[in-house]
Amino acid sequence: MWRRIWALIIKEFFVIWNDRRSRAVIIVPPLIQLMVFGYAATFDVSHIATAIYNEDGGAAATTLVSSFSGSPAFNVLYHLDAQRQIAEKIDSRAVSLVIHIGPTFSRNLLSGRPATIQAIVDGRESNTALIILGYVNQIVETFDQRWSLKTHQPLPPAQLVTRYWFNPNLQSRWFIIPGIVALLTMVVTIVVTALTIAREREVGTFEQLLVTPFSPLEILVGKSVPALAIGISEGTFIILAAVLWFHVPLRGNVGLLYGGLLLYILAVIGIGLMVSSLARTQQQAMLGAFLFVVPAVILSGFATPISNMPHFIQAITLANPMRYFLVIVRGLFLEDLPASVVIAQLWPMAIIATLTLSGASWLFRHRTT
Amino acid sequence: MRPGDTSLPDTQKSSSGSAGLRLFGLVYKEALQIIRDPSSIAIAFVLPIILLLLFGYGVSLDAKHVPLGLVIEAPSPKTSDFAAALSHSEYFNVIRLPDRNKAITAMLSGRINGIIVLRSDFARKLYSASGAPIQAIINGTDANTARIISGYVQGAWQTWLIHYNLDHGQSITAPVSVEQRMWFNADIRSRNFLIPGLIAIIMTLIGTLLTALVVAREWERGTMEALLVTPVRIDEILLGKLIPYFVLGMGGMTIATVMAVWVFGVPFRGSVLALIGVSSLFMLAALGMGLLISTLARSQFVAGQVAIIIAFLPAFILSGFIFDIASMPGLVQLLTHIIPARYFVAALQSLFLAGTLWQVLLSNSIALAIMALVFLGVTRMRTSKALE
Repeated sequence: MWRRIWALIIKEFFVIWNDRRSRAVIIVPPLIQLMVFGYAATFDVSHIATAIYNEDGGAAATTLVSSFSGSPAFNVLYHLDAQRQIAEKIDSRAVSLVIHIGPTFSRNLLSGRPATIQAIVDGRESNTALIILGYVNQIVETFDQRWSLKTHQPLPPAQLVTRYWFNPNLQSRWFIIPGIVALLTMVVTIVVTALTIAREREVGTFEQLLVTPFSPLEILVGKSVPALAIGISEGTFIILAAVLWFHVPLRGNVGLLYGGLLLYILAVIGIGLMVSSLARTQQQAMLGAFLFVVPAVILSGFATPISNMPHFIQAITLANPMRYFLVIVRGLFLEDLPASVVIAQLWPMAIIATLTLSGASWLFRHRTT
Repeated sequence: MRPGDTSLPDTQKSSSGSAGLRLFGLVYKEALQIIRDPSSIAIAFVLPIILLLLFGYGVSLDAKHVPLGLVIEAPSPKTSDFAAALSHSEYFNVIRLPDRNKAITAMLSGRINGIIVLRSDFARKLYSASGAPIQAIINGTDANTARIISGYVQGAWQTWLIHYNLDHGQSITAPVSVEQRMWFNADIRSRNFLIPGLIAIIMTLIGTLLTALVVAREWERGTMEALLVTPVRIDEILLGKLIPYFVLGMGGMTIATVMAVWVFGVPFRGSVLALIGVSSLFMLAALGMGLLISTLARSQFVAGQVAIIIAFLPAFILSGFIFDIASMPGLVQLLTHIIPARYFVAALQSLFLAGTLWQVLLSNSIALAIMALVFLGVTRMRTSKALE
C-alpha cells in the first residue's frame, strides 16, 4: 500500500515539476513578491509632500516652519503665497498636507493669547491623513514645550510617558513580514492543489484513478504530500528571508512555529482539494480558489485588525485558518508568545484541516461528473 | 457538447459576408459560451456583490473599544478622576488589573492591547514641580494600531488635563494649537476611502479572471487552430473575445458603484460620465492583461496560477489602496507604475470623494489607455506569431 501511495506522490510531483511554466509559477512569483511586498507593505508614513502657507513674518512662525522642514517625516515642496493655491495643490495630489500660519500668529503668541495654525490634509486616504495629523501634533507639542520653558509658563500637572513593547520603533515591517509568511504559503499551496483534481476530471484521468485499487484515503495522501512539501519549503524560505534579510527578530520557539505551519498548510490543502473536487472544470476550480483566497486574506487580520470588524464578520473569520496562523507567526516572531496561546490557535486549525481533508476524500467518489 | 464548437457554423456563414457580420458571429458565439457556462456570469455579477459586502464591512482601520488594562497602585480620588476620563472614552474598554505583573501577563496572552500604570506616588507628585508620570505601555506588534491607540490615550489625557485645570481654577492652554481640517472626508470614515479602492481591486480581479482562461481554453481544446484556419482575422477574434466580457465587466462595475453609494453611503461627488470613461479604460487594461496571460500560457492550469498570483496580490498591496505609495522605497514606487489598479484607485478616490478633478483624471486615464494598448497590442502580436 505504501509503495502505491509513494508512486502516486512521485507522479504528482512530476506533474507539477515537469511543466516548465508550472515550475516557474511556484518559484519566481513568490520570490519577487516577498521582496516587493516586504518593502512596499508599510503603514509607516515618511517624506510627506507638504506645502506651507506662511502669512506671518515673525520669528516664531519662522522657527515653527523650520521645525517642519527639518523633520525627516515632512518633505516641504512648496511655499505658497495665496489662499487659492491651497486647493490647487491638494486637489491635484501635489501635496498631502498644507500648513497655514495666519497673519496674527506671532502677535497672539507674544501677547499670551492662544495662537492657532491650520493643518489641511487630503482625506482621500484617511489612514495616511490620520498619521500625518499625528506627526503635525508632535511637532507643535515640541514647539509648545520649548516655548513654555523659554517664557517660564507652568507645565501640566501630569505627563504621559508612552512606551511601545515588542516593536519599540513601531516599524510596521516587523508586523507585515511575518504576515507574508502566512500569505504566500497559502497562495502557493492553494495554487498547487486547487486545479489538480479539476484538471484530471476535465481530461478524464480522474475516473481512471478511481477504478484503480487506490482508496480515497490513498488518493488524498498522494495529492496532499507534494503540496505539503512545497508549502513547507515555501514557508521555510520566507521565514529565513524574514530573519536573515529583513532582520525581523524571531524570539519564540521554532518548534511551535513549525507545528503551526504544518497544521495551517494541511487546512489550506484540505480547502484546495475540496474546491478542486467540487469543480466541474478548471475554470470553476480557479473561481473557487479565488473565492477562498481573496476573502481569506482580507478577513484574516493581515492588513486590518479583526477586532475592528463588525461581529458577524468576526464570526466568519473563525473559519479562516489564516487568522489563527497569523497570531502564531506574528506572536512567535515578535513577542515570544506563551505556548498556551499557541495551542489555543492550533486546535481550530486542526479541526478545519480534519473537516476539509475528510470532506475532500468523500467528494472524490461521491461527486460524479 | 463543447460550447466552442458553435464557432464553426458561424464562421463558415460569415466567410461570405462582411467583416461586421463575421465579428457579430464571433461575439454571438462567445456570448453563447458565457451563457452555457454560468461561471463567467457569476464572476461578473455575483462576485462584486459578495466581495464588496465582505470587504466593505470587514476592512476597517477605525479601532473602537480597544481593551486596555489599567493598574492603579494606590487608589485615591485623584486617580479615580483619571480612570473615569479613560472609561468615558468610547475608544477604550478599560479593564482594572491589580498589579503590573498581572497586566503584563494579560498583554502577552493578547487579552489587552495596552497598559496604563498610575504609580503609588501619583497623587503626591501631582503637586510637585516635575509633574506626575502616567505610564502607557502599548503593544507595538501592530504598529499602525499602536499609533492609533497612542493617539486615543493622548486624547483622554488631554481631556483629563482640561478638567483638572478647570477644577483648580487654572487655565493652562498650549501656546500653539493645531486646527485640523480633513478635506473630502471630514468625519474621517476610513470606509469612504477604502471602498473606492476596494472597487478597483475587485474590478482588477474580475477583469483578469474573466479573460484569463478564455484563450487558453481554446488552445487547450484545439478550437483555436480551428478558428485560425477560417477567414476570420486575428483582430476580429480578439474583438470577439473582448466585447462580450467588456459588457459583463462594466455590468459588474455598475453593481459595485451602486452598492458603494446606496449600501455603504460613500459620497459620489464626480460626474457619472467621467466614471464611465475611466472605468472603460481600466476594464480594457484588465481584460487585456487577462487575455495576455491566457495567450502566453496556452494552458488553463498555468493561466489560472498566473492570474491568481499576478492579478490579486499586486493590486492589493501596490495600488496605494491601503499602503501609502509615497512611503515605499523608490524602486518599488517605480514598479507600482505598471499596476493598472494604481491609476484606477487614484481616479476613483477623487471621483467619489473630491469631484471631477481633471488634473487627476487626465493623467490617470492616459496611463490606463497606454496600459490597455500595450496589453492588447502584445496579445495581438503573440497571437499572429502563432499563426505562422
